[in-house]
Amino acid sequence: MKIVVCIKQVPDTKGGVKFKPDGTLDRGAMLAIMNPDDKAGLEAALRLKDQYGAEVTVLTMGLPKADAVLREAFAMGADKAILVTDRVLGGADTWATSSTIAGAIRNLEYDLIITGRQAIDGDTAQVGPQISEHLNLPVISYAEEIKVDEKAKTVEVKRQFEDRYHIVKAKMPCLVTALSELNEPRYMTPGGIFDAFEKEVTVWGRNDLKDVDDSNLGLKGSPTQIAKASDKVKKGQGEKVAPDSVDEAVDYIVGKLTEKHVI
Amino acid sequence: MSLEEYKGVFIFAQQVDNELSSIALELLGKAKNLAEDLDEKKVTAVLLGSGVKGLSDKLAEYGADRVIVVDDPALKDYRTEPYTHALASVINEFKPEILLVGATAIGRDLGPRVSSRVHTGLTADCTSLDIGDFPLNAVPGQEQKHKQLLMTRPAFGGNTIATIACPDFRPQMATVRPGVMQKIDPIKGAKAEIVEFNPGFEENNCYTEILKIVKEASSVADIQGAKILVSGGRGVGSAENFKLLDDLAEALGGTVSCSRAVVDSGWKPKDLQVGQTGKTVRPALYFAIGISGAIQHVAGMEESDIIIAINKDENAPIFDVADYGVVGDLNKIVPALTKKIKESLAAKK
Repeated sequence: MKIVVCIKQVPDTKGGVKFKPDGTLDRGAMLAIMNPDDKAGLEAALRLKDQYGAEVTVLTMGLPKADAVLREAFAMGADKAILVTDRVLGGADTWATSSTIAGAIRNLEYDLIITGRQAIDGDTAQVGPQISEHLNLPVISYAEEIKVDEKAKTVEVKRQFEDRYHIVKAKMPCLVTALSELNEPRYMTPGGIFDAFEKEVTVWGRNDLKDVDDSNLGLKGSPTQIAKASDKVKKGQGEKVAPDSVDEAVDYIVGKLTEKHVI
Repeated sequence: MSLEEYKGVFIFAQQVDNELSSIALELLGKAKNLAEDLDEKKVTAVLLGSGVKGLSDKLAEYGADRVIVVDDPALKDYRTEPYTHALASVINEFKPEILLVGATAIGRDLGPRVSSRVHTGLTADCTSLDIGDFPLNAVPGQEQKHKQLLMTRPAFGGNTIATIACPDFRPQMATVRPGVMQKIDPIKGAKAEIVEFNPGFEENNCYTEILKIVKEASSVADIQGAKILVSGGRGVGSAENFKLLDDLAEALGGTVSCSRAVVDSGWKPKDLQVGQTGKTVRPALYFAIGISGAIQHVAGMEESDIIIAINKDENAPIFDVADYGVVGDLNKIVPALTKKIKESLAAKK
């Protein structure tokens, strides 16, 4: 079985959000990490590898420095890694990103493609389903469990909704988007880390993409365009009191609730 | 693509078990609002399912002028491929200028698949939608397009906010966060024009099979519908101690919600979680009790009308968004507050 896992390098927004003195986001000061949902997707692939001896290829699109997350994937146990990087691919929205990744995956053999549900920088959850459409594959989003029947060439996925889950069966090849709740990703092993820097990352540019028109790539190939982007303006601070006694605190709150006609 | 052919605001009227989801009605409210600024004022709901035609009247009462119904057994329970085929076929046949979809577990799967199929842009998880110019200000040498859908969304875990347009492709598609847009007051007895449409469904390699559906007992309250939320964070200390918040919520006729830390600790179910990875709420009153106010939490509640925070840490970021902040021990203040509110309400009876 051959599995392709799409991963993304993202700035860590959890807890470590840094601001510049002028109040704007300091992206340079934030750690670059493997996107959590993608890491869960990679872990799911590695578990299938443990079980069935699958070959796991990780693929990322990004700047050359995204090499770091591919090395991390090697250290966790991935077999092959591909970095898709090219200036003409920059500024892509989800449509152009998914066209690019689909163009890269067309070069590969695969039974299963796993992506994270969403990346913590964009939070769109769009690229996985969009890749599946470009490749004409079934998609199962929001996976909490993935089981494979190698003989029947099918997957069975626990697909999460707000108030229920479905057990969904799809024919392979197919694409599954993973939730970070799927599993607890393994740590890199010392031997793995050592090997990670020995192994070769395949680097692909625009010309290595298969069956994609220039009009579908990069900023030019992006149907959506940014009209305005800004770091969020914080709401003006309200009142803050530090009462000396509990009674005083209670009176303060009750006073406000009365004033606002809540009680 | 001739952009002029595309007219009218359409919404995907999500139903589950043949019951309309609240988001469908919220989208209608927003669609009506957007249509006022466009040449075509008619709002169309697209209803997909099996045996769902009866839901059309409710859509009419909430603002739909027209309902396009695709009724087919293939659409009984949500599956990506037949739903994508149905919605993409509706787009190709009826050519909407704007299509709004709820940013739900269904919409966030269906939206991207459909946008890929019809080749248009999709903006995810919007929290605000307007009609305006793109670019916002005229730029020499670039055509400024008018009456464009301007889609605003938070990104980066709520740290940044972007406004996005889709000037050269149609329909302009957005998924919209549940709980953000306002429904209209229903117009009793309103009727919509019903259009039945069936593009035909043929199984292909993309069809999946649903082996089992397990509904997870949702005994919990709907925090997005609540007018008053009493929300607790890690500072509450334990599942048992949420009793203090239950009592306060009961006294106020409100509902208890929580932060992510509480869900991660297993004190409350995920359905009650407010924030970027939980639900967006905008109640009339939001109590943030023992919640530090991480940006991901704030992203889900900052639009509340009144925010009251109680926290022992005077530097907690929650005080930056609270209208009224009280520095102090929640274990002492909350029970005393509940008692006082009860007394105060009893005195008014």
